Amino acid sequence: MLILTCPNCGVTAEETEFHAHGEAHLTRFGPGASDDDFENYLFMRDNPKGVHFERWRHVYGCGKWFHAARDTVTLEMFGTYTAQTSTVPQDIIDKIAERRPEWHPPEGA
Amino acid sequence: MSEPISALNGAAYKDGIVEITALDPVGMITLRGDLGAGYLKKPLKKITGVDMPEVRGIKLNQDQGIAWMSPDELLVICPHADVATHLETLNNAIGSNHAMSVNVSDARAVFRLRGKHIREVLAKLAPVDTSPGAFEPGTIRRSRLAQVPAAFWMVDAETAQLVCFRSVAQYVFDLLKTAAQPGSEVNHYRR
Amino acid sequence: MSTRIATGGRLLNKSKAVSFSFNGKQLRGYQGDTLASALLANDQMLVGRSFKYHRPRGIVAAGPEEPNALMNLGRGGQFEPNQRATTTELFDGLEAASQNHWPSLEFDVGAINTHLSRFLPAGFYYKMFIHPRPFWKHVYEPIIRHSAGLGKAPKDRDDDTYEHFHAFCDVLVIGGGVAGLEAARTAALSGAKVILLEQTAHWGGRAPVDGGSVEGKSITDHVDTLVAELAVMDNVQMRRRTMGAGVYDHGYVLGYESLKDHAPKTKGPRHRLWRIRAGHIITATGAIERPLSFAGNDIPGVMLAAAVRDYLVNFGVSVGDRTVVVTNNDDAYRTAIALVEAGLTVPAILDARVLPVDSPLMARAKELGIRVMMGHAIASVKGGKRVTSVAVCSQAGEGAALETIECDAVAMSGGWSPVVHLWSHCGGKLVWDSALASFRPDVDNAPTGADGHGFVTAAGAAAGFFGLDDILHDAHAAADGVVTTLGFKLPASATSPNAARQEESPLAPVWMMPQGANAKLREKTWLDYQNDVKVSDVRLAAQEGFVSVEHTKRYTTLGMATDQGKLSNINGLATLAGALDADIPTVGTTTFRPPYHPISLGAIGGEARGDVFQPLRRTPLHDWHDVNGAEWEPVGQWRRPYAYKRSGESTHDAVMREVANTRDKMGLLDASTLGKIIVKGPDAGKFLDMLYTKMMSSLKPGKCRYGLMCSENGFLIDDGVVARIDDDTFLCHTTTGGADRIHQHMEEWLQTEWWDFKVYVANVTEQYAQIAVVGPNARKCLEKLGGMDVSKDALGFMEWVDGELGGFKCRIYRISFSGELSYEIAVDAGLGQAFWDALMVAGNDLGVMPYGTECLHILRAEKGFIMIGDETDGTVIPQDLGLNWAISKKKEDYLGKRAQERSHMVDPTRWKLVGLETTDGSVLPDGAYAVGEGKNENDQRNMIGRVTSTYHSPTLGKGIAMGLVLHGPDRMGEVLDFPGTDGKTYSAKIVDPVFYDKEGEKQNV
Repeated sequence: MLILTCPNCGVTAEETEFHAHGEAHLTRFGPGASDDDFENYLFMRDNPKGVHFERWRHVYGCGKWFHAARDTVTLEMFGTYTAQTSTVPQDIIDKIAERRPEWHPPEGA
Repeated sequence: MSEPISALNGAAYKDGIVEITALDPVGMITLRGDLGAGYLKKPLKKITGVDMPEVRGIKLNQDQGIAWMSPDELLVICPHADVATHLETLNNAIGSNHAMSVNVSDARAVFRLRGKHIREVLAKLAPVDTSPGAFEPGTIRRSRLAQVPAAFWMVDAETAQLVCFRSVAQYVFDLLKTAAQPGSEVNHYRR
Repeated sequence: MSTRIATGGRLLNKSKAVSFSFNGKQLRGYQGDTLASALLANDQMLVGRSFKYHRPRGIVAAGPEEPNALMNLGRGGQFEPNQRATTTELFDGLEAASQNHWPSLEFDVGAINTHLSRFLPAGFYYKMFIHPRPFWKHVYEPIIRHSAGLGKAPKDRDDDTYEHFHAFCDVLVIGGGVAGLEAARTAALSGAKVILLEQTAHWGGRAPVDGGSVEGKSITDHVDTLVAELAVMDNVQMRRRTMGAGVYDHGYVLGYESLKDHAPKTKGPRHRLWRIRAGHIITATGAIERPLSFAGNDIPGVMLAAAVRDYLVNFGVSVGDRTVVVTNNDDAYRTAIALVEAGLTVPAILDARVLPVDSPLMARAKELGIRVMMGHAIASVKGGKRVTSVAVCSQAGEGAALETIECDAVAMSGGWSPVVHLWSHCGGKLVWDSALASFRPDVDNAPTGADGHGFVTAAGAAAGFFGLDDILHDAHAAADGVVTTLGFKLPASATSPNAARQEESPLAPVWMMPQGANAKLREKTWLDYQNDVKVSDVRLAAQEGFVSVEHTKRYTTLGMATDQGKLSNINGLATLAGALDADIPTVGTTTFRPPYHPISLGAIGGEARGDVFQPLRRTPLHDWHDVNGAEWEPVGQWRRPYAYKRSGESTHDAVMREVANTRDKMGLLDASTLGKIIVKGPDAGKFLDMLYTKMMSSLKPGKCRYGLMCSENGFLIDDGVVARIDDDTFLCHTTTGGADRIHQHMEEWLQTEWWDFKVYVANVTEQYAQIAVVGPNARKCLEKLGGMDVSKDALGFMEWVDGELGGFKCRIYRISFSGELSYEIAVDAGLGQAFWDALMVAGNDLGVMPYGTECLHILRAEKGFIMIGDETDGTVIPQDLGLNWAISKKKEDYLGKRAQERSHMVDPTRWKLVGLETTDGSVLPDGAYAVGEGKNENDQRNMIGRVTSTYHSPTLGKGIAMGLVLHGPDRMGEVLDFPGTDGKTYSAKIVDPVFYDKEGEKQNV
């Protein structure tokens, strides 16, 4: 069972206080979008073995959403950060690069 | 006009390692907005007599106070009868600014826990470090109590208060009674 | 025979006798005994029958690794099967019974299997019971079910209670032996917060039995001093009778504390499950001795050498008058020496090794006059329910007996395996240590935690160190390293104590005894006692092509019993490696999974049983409903009255009465569970326009509007009435089940997508008791209460107003889910009961009756109103339900809009909502499918629709239903067939879903 630190209220707590909400940094496509773009937005998700960016909610705590960067294999946490961003903050990218020299940031990050 | 009643109407449990009392209705206002704004700080100080709490803080002045709930949310605690007046004061101060204040007094149940083992009873049900030093008066912790959300804080070394939703008041009371059953002392924080 | 001797028994309180029973026989022991030691003191070596062959089995070990001595303990609500006698502390009145035999332990019919063992090899069940197929269900399975299983399943509800406890520390030390105590002391001296767990009732582990001295003091004094030192340190918490059960991600550990097993009459919970979060974990879990593989090694009286020593030293029990010691290492000599020093006889030590010089222990044994036979082995053990003699042979040979030695016990030692379970649970790797002939933790490959660094360190014997001095130094160094990585610093004064060193000769790996044992001997040589797996079974598996240790385990069931192979694993995989002609590290180990030792289901459940098994949500009117005949319906975690039964009424009668009364006079519904969410801010209208399919920003303050909410993939997820409170503020009603979900949905979009919107949301569902006053007399009732104008002009249909009714501050919404004149009135929850009472009084001569959810359903179905969860199931879009009128065509965007343009969503063959009316007035079965022409690829009749809601309408006097039907709205009047599961086929005509008051005149008066 993971421990996470909520960047909104600063609490570090076990996973049962939180709820995972899937991949982070999706771009919303609405009316006018092509079928392909909309299908990608609605259904296609990355499932990497390694570094992953996720959405979480501190559901039993402050109720706020946030983002987490972690390794899906080792469960190492690289950091958590605000949900009010569409890109990965530089300090998180630096932390991952330090721990995973072979890793490359996703496009647009 | 009838008097408002709490969900458990004063139920109490005195046979366990902690005394548990369901409190009579407590006034509670959920306030959302920019917590640094003067139009919130000023009326709040006037109403409760306390300053804006720090992150995860709770400031109490007798039966009134302010609890930090999230970066844009506070819980204002006051006598139940004062809620309407306080809401008016707050709304007047907020004016056309973007903030929200709502009465949630009756949507909650409040329990008082009293005794030497309050830290242990809480740690049986919440995944929270309630040890001395880690959890002290002045802090409010929102977490889960077994399967429902709850928030709790210490008033003094042997008194804690806990807030949950009204609909699960009986469940929470039963949980607390189970956790405080005679002979269940953990004695983990003895020293 | 085994018996209590006059001296020894360091754990006993001989002044306190304890009585207990075994298979109904009254026996006596002492306070401090385990059930196993007390049974042995009463010469009860035979304690059970094996699982497969029903062979007589005796106590083998003295700790949790015991495979045989499993007991049914207690009775009634305190009965529990499969409890180990070796870990069960004796108490006055304990009742134990042996398992897996019929009719009795002494005479068991199932023992016939042992004579059939030639026909019951590994994989027997797989091979035998496959054909003929029909035999499985009717013949094989019932027979196997009857003979399978160890203990009896409890019949009564558990009398005890259980609990969890969340604890946090910097360093968690698991194991309170000398290594654990030293590690805890060292860690604590650095200032770190330390928790120390010990699974038994005693500190010091097995060191006090093995002896030695530390800094000139006896080991017992050393342990006492350490314990006293730790007990007064503020940053140390010590728990006995608490097992480290499992190590999980990010430093999470489950500890299993037994509070009442040794004292069932005390108050409080029986077990406590410790949910510990540790910065770092030190596993000082010691080691377990391995048996040796020789023919007859399962005959009662053959025991682990260290266990024989434990019973002697700890409990003053001699397990035999004449004990032959058989070993491949020095440690077993300690047993021989202890036995002789206690005045017992050791006819010989059979040592499989051939060594050039004697170690000090060997010299001491010889000095005591013990016959030491180097290079010798046991060819076979003789005896049935008890050892009578052993046949001695050369270890190098094939088992030809050189002599027979009379004895009544055999103490065996195949070396020691570090207990690596907790190290391995979360991914710690192992290395093969050829000097130990065992796996030990690979210090470079510890399980990693949240920070990516190792969070488990093994110490002492668990790390592969066996001399007392080495153990203490390792434990000290391990703790020093751990606290340093955690940022603490050990004071210079904290140094490791030194112990007197004792040189030992190296062990020689012995996986089969004798080395060239023939097939006949191998068939009598047990690896796994509890699951009856023999050397021959593992070799057969290898021969049949099982090369993976995981497959062999499952094929032979080696290590799959309740002891999870604590004794058998290394011997088993060495046997497999031998048969495969591979080396042991290549064969590898099976996976170590938590818990280390079985823990009770009660402890896992904790407090969650009985009344608090799960939360039950109650409205402010719950108690009133309860005493007024409510039949409860679970709606999520809420309980809502389904109907209020009067005496003599069936539930159906009650529902019919409630419908008729509400249509004719007046009904009251507790609608408090409906979600109420306040949405406020300058962008509130814009936000709701995105959430609802209809335009909400155009709603005028004081008005209400019905809205639909869809998910981003277009499906209908919730509906409800939105009221505009003022320019900036809306109140959104949700379904009962939707309140928390929709609140979260709103927050999600506000926080993660439209964080620039100036909107705040608050869920005020439980602030209000909301009561629907419904029916032709509703207005009269409110007028009787008085206080405000509720006339048609003052409060029109789909309007709301704040006011006071009968002295109650309230908000009234004129909305209707029944088609009747209806007011939904919200008052503060704390006044809900008083307000309900006032309505009941005011409505008394207006024919008021409360009504439940089934009546509500019928009222809405008569009006053709959809219900989320009935007409929707996560695959239905509003357009399917003919709700196009509730979808804005003007809006550029709303959640679900793009998805509703996808090709499948605009497919004209999507099933559409219609009303259904049975041709004979009966009620369609819920969920029934309409069948059409032709068959599908699975040769099933094609389906063209299904029933989503179905009721008997008392208003119309017939069965009415709603359903989704292919081209439904274009097929009005057509009759469809609905085959039921009762063998009948129901016919129903497609009609308009609005059955009652199509013009809506009744609600708009």
